[in-house]
Amino acid sequence: MELNALDQEFMYSGHVGCPGCGAAIAMRFFLKALGDKTIMVMPACCWSVIAGPYPQSALKIPLIHSAFETGGAVASGVRAALDMKGDKETTVVTWAGDGGTFDIGFQALSGAVERNENFIYVCYDNEAYMNTGIQRSSSTPYGAWTTTTPGADWKKLRKKNIVEALVAHRIPYAATANIAFPEDLVRKAQKAKAIKGSRFIHVYASCPTGWRIPSEMSIKIARMAVQTNIFPLYEVEDGLRYTINYKPKEYLVREYFKLQGRFRHLTDKDLDQIQEMVNEDWELLLRKAGEHT
Amino acid sequence: MKRVLEGSHAVAEAVRLAKVQVISAYPITPQTHIVEILSDYCSTGKLNAKFLRVESEHSALAALIGAQSSGVRTFTATSSQGLALMHELLHWTSGARLPIVMAEVNRALGPGWNIWTDQTDSLAQRDTGWIQLYCEDGQEVLDTTLQAYRLAEEVNLPVMVVLDAFFLSHTYEPVDIPDEKDVDRFLPPFAPKFQLDTANPCSFGQLVTPAFYMEMRHDIDRAMDMALVRFGEIEEEYARIFKRRYGAVEAIQCIDADIILLTSGTVTSTCRLVLKALRDRGEKVGILKVKLFRPTPAEQIRGALKSAKKVAVIDRNCSFGAGGIFAQEVRAALCNLPGHPLVYGYIAGIGGRDVTPELLEEIYWKTKNSEVPEKESVWMGLQEVAHGTQRS
Repeated sequence: MELNALDQEFMYSGHVGCPGCGAAIAMRFFLKALGDKTIMVMPACCWSVIAGPYPQSALKIPLIHSAFETGGAVASGVRAALDMKGDKETTVVTWAGDGGTFDIGFQALSGAVERNENFIYVCYDNEAYMNTGIQRSSSTPYGAWTTTTPGADWKKLRKKNIVEALVAHRIPYAATANIAFPEDLVRKAQKAKAIKGSRFIHVYASCPTGWRIPSEMSIKIARMAVQTNIFPLYEVEDGLRYTINYKPKEYLVREYFKLQGRFRHLTDKDLDQIQEMVNEDWELLLRKAGEHT
Repeated sequence: MKRVLEGSHAVAEAVRLAKVQVISAYPITPQTHIVEILSDYCSTGKLNAKFLRVESEHSALAALIGAQSSGVRTFTATSSQGLALMHELLHWTSGARLPIVMAEVNRALGPGWNIWTDQTDSLAQRDTGWIQLYCEDGQEVLDTTLQAYRLAEEVNLPVMVVLDAFFLSHTYEPVDIPDEKDVDRFLPPFAPKFQLDTANPCSFGQLVTPAFYMEMRHDIDRAMDMALVRFGEIEEEYARIFKRRYGAVEAIQCIDADIILLTSGTVTSTCRLVLKALRDRGEKVGILKVKLFRPTPAEQIRGALKSAKKVAVIDRNCSFGAGGIFAQEVRAALCNLPGHPLVYGYIAGIGGRDVTPELLEEIYWKTKNSEVPEKESVWMGLQEVAHGTQRS
């Protein structure tokens, strides 16, 4: 397997993520794919803590932490400086959570990709504000419990489709990736690295703590998200050319939902409704990819 | 070479001479002329810099934080709402010890919408760890901007060069533009003390526990103290090359003055006229112009004011509920000086209203004729406003 060739590690052992943290797994594979000529910009997110407190760092690359809503802008500045210094070799990567991407950082991200800034923006998505204690974000899926959507107030709104929002900016490359599909993830990271302009990768990163799942279920849940079409693997070039990377065999979403404490309150009727929503989104994606039957 | 330039253009000339490498800005009146001229310089190659046309002031400063951390010289300009939007990142810039230089064109804050001059926008940022330098004319703007880079880069703190909206930003005056070779001698290329570097990977701005945070903050405060010393040395060196010096404060006929008018910005120029008129009539009056605000030049303020009987502080700003901000600073600087002069606070020229020679004279006579200040700050030049009864 291709991954065996990537024996170099850019993460030290001893990061401070929770056991089973999908975001830590995502980082490890991304850095393997991108290599040491990488400068990372990190707006406030779980990884602000996972990277470890001063004077330690879990990463072997230069890293600049930044204010919550600045992922797109700080990276633009780093890139501009490298360009002025004649450094064409280094890849600038913003590494942000869903809050910093879908919500508070959306303006700076939209601004940066409208300018087609030459950088990779990675959003590792754990579907809520996990670092602050599981509060809902616009990435939290329909049906989920969070500490700010408790009890009967579970989230009854759809998750924002961030990839389509980025695709609407007609950026050179946008893709989804998943920690349970590392070969696909590494391929996309390397493909993104070779492209110029704004590149966006949306990575599914399970969160055992926030989703109320055992830590050893992290990868299984992530895999099921793809298999159920809840989180399809696909890529879009120049905002136009869609490629679906994985075609699952009709798994039912209820199997994915039943395993997670955050969805425990949902009735069969709720799950039927969610199944319809997932089917509808999948149909829409097939149409965009020109694969609708 | 002397040219007739507006204040905004003087800023842009200094930025060109400083060979800034990354500029990032968002338009707001009355800052716009600065960024328009710089956009032109970048597009015609007169300045070899990358200009980021970002989508907000918040992103303007965020982008510079990224660029400056990567080891290049940077610049931005803003006003009022734009500066307020940057507030979070003003703290970030000084906390990250980045020597970013910004031109801040003083403009009133809304509501109601008001594009005219008022210092409350910049003075409200006094606790953000930025050095602030208030300018009186176009020449001072150009000279101060060049000095700002030296100062910022020596102490690793950001500097705000502050100029009044329209009265300075849009007013044409003869300005001497220094020779590029002389500027290069005064301001060599930026040599970062730290930077993002793949050959030497470091983490910047990370999580810091109580075990280290306090020392980091103490270092910032010490750097501010150092800035006070360095500013004097840098001015000295600048004066040797360019024959111009302004001082952290400028004391004008203060030695024998009973009453000293304390000013900042363009009001100072009007005050110079009033001073002459009053002196001609035998009044023992002086002016203390304050240029450096943060770090507070407290020693110099005390030195200039110590033998006066009264100080009349003219504040084109207001900290609601506490009065004029310069007046507060002066009181704080004087309070432990035995037999210090009485401090009279006056608020004038808010939201771009003219501060006329007549108003300044009125302030002088009011100060002279009152035995003690009637309150912390007296609002001057207010119109009679008929307050109607509230409709039910």
